Amino acid sequence: MKKLTEMGLNRTGVDSSPIDSKDIIGAALNSTPTSLDGDEEIGKIRASYIMNAKPLGTLPVPGTIKGGVSTILEKLAGNRPELLIDKLGERLAFERTGTRLYEAIVQKCRVLDSDRAGIPVATLERFRDQELRHFGLVRDALMSLGADPTAQTPAADAAAVASGGILKVVSDPRTSVLQSFEAILIAELADFESWDMLIRVAEEMELKEIAASFRGAYDEEKVHLETIRSWLSDLMLTKKTAVKESAA
Amino acid sequence: MASKFFESRGQSLEKQQFTWREIVQQPFSKLNDDAFSRVRSILMNGIEFESVMFQHMLARASRDLRPHLARVRQVEQHQQKAVNWMLPPDQSPLETTIGYEQVAVEVTASIAQNEPDPYLAQVYRFGLLEDFDHLYRYSALLDRLEGKDANNILQSYTDILPGRPTIEEHRAALDNLRRPYDRRKAAPISKINVCLITAAEQQTENYYLNVGPLFSDPVARQLYAEIASIEEQHVTQYESLMDPDETVLEKWLLHEATEVYTYRSCLESESDPRLKKIWERFHEYELGHLHYVMELFKTIEKRDPEEVLPEKLPELLTFANHRSYIRSVLDAEADLRTNGMDIVKREDESSESIAYRNQVNREGSPSQAVAAGYRWIPGTELNQKIA
Ligand SMILES: [Fe+2]
Ligand SMILES: [Fe+2]
Ligand SMILES: [Fe+2]
Ligand SMILES: [Fe+2]
Ligand SMILES: [Fe+2]
Ligand SMILES: [Fe+2]
Repeated sequence: MKKLTEMGLNRTGVDSSPIDSKDIIGAALNSTPTSLDGDEEIGKIRASYIMNAKPLGTLPVPGTIKGGVSTILEKLAGNRPELLIDKLGERLAFERTGTRLYEAIVQKCRVLDSDRAGIPVATLERFRDQELRHFGLVRDALMSLGADPTAQTPAADAAAVASGGILKVVSDPRTSVLQSFEAILIAELADFESWDMLIRVAEEMELKEIAASFRGAYDEEKVHLETIRSWLSDLMLTKKTAVKESAA
Repeated sequence: MASKFFESRGQSLEKQQFTWREIVQQPFSKLNDDAFSRVRSILMNGIEFESVMFQHMLARASRDLRPHLARVRQVEQHQQKAVNWMLPPDQSPLETTIGYEQVAVEVTASIAQNEPDPYLAQVYRFGLLEDFDHLYRYSALLDRLEGKDANNILQSYTDILPGRPTIEEHRAALDNLRRPYDRRKAAPISKINVCLITAAEQQTENYYLNVGPLFSDPVARQLYAEIASIEEQHVTQYESLMDPDETVLEKWLLHEATEVYTYRSCLESESDPRLKKIWERFHEYELGHLHYVMELFKTIEKRDPEEVLPEKLPELLTFANHRSYIRSVLDAEADLRTNGMDIVKREDESSESIAYRNQVNREGSPSQAVAAGYRWIPGTELNQKIA
């Protein structure tokens, strides 16, 4: 496996070129900005756009509703079915991308032989398969509600923008296993929290079957999170942590 | 090739080949490589971009040259990709933008000092102070939007200071045109300089057009639109320095000469051995293109290429800080404006430009807002707030 980050010729920071830096700092200090207001000017522009902004998009009307067929969704009317569909769409997209994320880290860990550092590729492959199954669970839930699992909901869109950098770090050949797992930790933290919230929303809407079908995924996500955390401690601390990867 | 500029024949066109693995190499390190390696990579992308686009325009207007252009362009297009793909993925669009403006500032400063023609040199100094201001505005955006320090890209080579304020750079259409050089009288290096700077400005405009809409922040979206508009003015300004009476083959010859000259400047100054290899290889390729076009020039135009090309290698670009030069230009010329093709004192500016500027800035100025009260300080202005 790649070694941890080493000391070398990093050229950022003012200390890398003290004479030049002193010169440009002096010039900047003596300069006069062309406008003497502060950063509140930026705020004014932002405020005017926020006030006039349209949303990212809306939810697609479920096909079965278009056809006038009675669906579970209609029974949920008044119980904010939009929120549920939006969040299910988000979970679906996240698990699908999560599968690709694990494919990327499986590949990197295999090439760099992470097994020797106590990060078994087999475990990562199991997590990958679980993410894929979770994607399937959410797809089935959406279909049982009469919603289109191939649509992209606004929550899915925003979540994908939010997590876009995670895949970028992992798929960069130059990033280390440690850097990659720190990115994956962000994904797993969000994953864990989101499953928890999704189950609570489903329960509040009395969708007992859906809520029950999600509990297994929640338990697996918990294992993902704990495992990534323990690997990170192993990579960064010399004292090994007591928390070991669960056998789940 | 100390004697004649075009003495070496370089690599023959048939042998200029690529694989995808060669085109997509390990990028340079944003953190470890010298800022001027980034500057050279961005500049060469611009030069290749111009080559490809120029050759396309020519192909659309000339049946005879079409096959020749297609052959040479096959190489140019892969050169461009190889060069542009040296940019690393951890360099965000805004950080790359800081790199683009550093290119504009340092390359224009180098050209302005090399330029033998006083009018052309004045035009370069005029444009220099505008890109210099863009660097300051984008640095403020990088700090205030993302909490990052532009100097980590600039590496203390280039000042982060207001130049000619961007708000005042907006001009009426005809005030962006300049007087062209005379193809019969201008020095070859003058023609190369114009070609080079036009290429750099054109790619900068294109880059801003592509990345501007990627930003979610309305201030960033506005700032990119505003500065891209000035880059368009810069393209108009610099291309209008070209003599429109040059023949198309003469223009093509100058483009290849510009590529030879610029790669030569890069390879002589490169500190990264991997990049240096690319510059050396492509320098050889460009000599091959140059000789290919020289032959066309002889057979089709029945003219001697020596009447267009420099006799010996001109003074190369200097990839080094030009701070003291730029500061002196800033002191003396920030207040200059334009009136038609002339660069004039502020009070003599054309009324059309003043009217145009008042119109575009009527609902507020993004470049003013983003840098209101902004003074660069190491570690971002938040570093000062906690002092
Ligand atoms: Fe997941
Ligand atoms: Fe997970
Ligand atoms: Fe080229
Ligand atoms: Fe600029
Ligand atoms: Fe420019
Ligand atoms: Fe070329």
